[in-house]
Amino acid sequence: MAATEAQFHVLAVDDSLIDRKLIERLLKTSSYQVTTVDSGSKALEFLGWNEDERANSNEAFISSKNQQVVEVNLVITDYCMPEMTGYDLLKKMKESSILKNIPVVIMSSENVPSRINRCLEEGAEEFFLKPVRLSDVNKLKPHMMKAKSKDVEKPEKQEKQDNNESTEEASSEIQLQTQQSHQTAQSNNKRKSMDDGPTPDRTRPRYSGFTVMSN
Amino acid sequence: MEVDQLQRSFLEYTNSLFRFLDGQFGQLQLLQDESNPEFVFEVVSLFFEDSERILNDLTLALDQQNVDFKKIDAHVHQFKGSSSSIGAQRVRNACIAFRNFCEGQNVEACRRCLQQVKQEYLLVKTKLEALLRLEQQILAAGGVIPMLDS
Repeated sequence: MAATEAQFHVLAVDDSLIDRKLIERLLKTSSYQVTTVDSGSKALEFLGWNEDERANSNEAFISSKNQQVVEVNLVITDYCMPEMTGYDLLKKMKESSILKNIPVVIMSSENVPSRINRCLEEGAEEFFLKPVRLSDVNKLKPHMMKAKSKDVEKPEKQEKQDNNESTEEASSEIQLQTQQSHQTAQSNNKRKSMDDGPTPDRTRPRYSGFTVMSN
Repeated sequence: MEVDQLQRSFLEYTNSLFRFLDGQFGQLQLLQDESNPEFVFEVVSLFFEDSERILNDLTLALDQQNVDFKKIDAHVHQFKGSSSSIGAQRVRNACIAFRNFCEGQNVEACRRCLQQVKQEYLLVKTKLEALLRLEQQILAAGGVIPMLDS
């Protein structure tokens, strides 16, 4: 189904609670929908990654009716994490046919040129030094826009700049609007605002134990 | 007390903290708004909880028969990160020094470093608590917290 989502969804990965809170606030300030997890393995789980490569061969973002998948437009991850580093996560994503097109950004408190180069070579879009600032977060949008436009399976996308738009339902809503074009200006009531929460069956992930913040 | 008096006190106090808190703290203030009026308070509270836990873990780790320097380094790295994230630059710098001594694997030196880090933490904690109290007073008097020039 067509998705004219104006709100991008970012998955933030960091084992530090304080840094998760910070990055969440930075991202929300920039009007992104945010999910935070505290490890690379939880991130992969959230993204629908599977050990079995056969399961990974289906495009996860084409809505196959029985699959509850969440669309993630960008992953921003800390580098230094126990068990799975941000680099390991990046690598796993790039090796997965369903995840390789999601832009990945790495954050680190340490300025190690070899580390930075390694990540960029592996396909990370950006490398941010911590503490991350709003000016860094402002660099994310082009990567998400580019990834969205590369997604050829989806029908033509009219990128709506209107920040009140929030769901995939919006495209059908728009048709309804034009048919009733001389209705009242209260057309916004028909649009599902973010305050109503995400559309069921769509973006609400079914995983427990994650901090999903959609407001 | 009058709101503008409180606000002036707040700004003066904040300026006096420049040795303890760097520009990152100002960034946190910028992220606070009507939709998130408690943001700074929440982050600072998390920092306090987190720091106290790490300091306990460090004290325990250095008290062991066989000191695990790798583990200590990991803790200090974590503390360095969190203090950096809220702008507590003296704590961060003390952590950097601590990590250098970890590499040297000198228990006594590390214990001294721990004392140093603890001291810096307690200093910045006192400052932050005072700042938050001032903020509360401003809000209670019906004012808004003034924006800082970062």
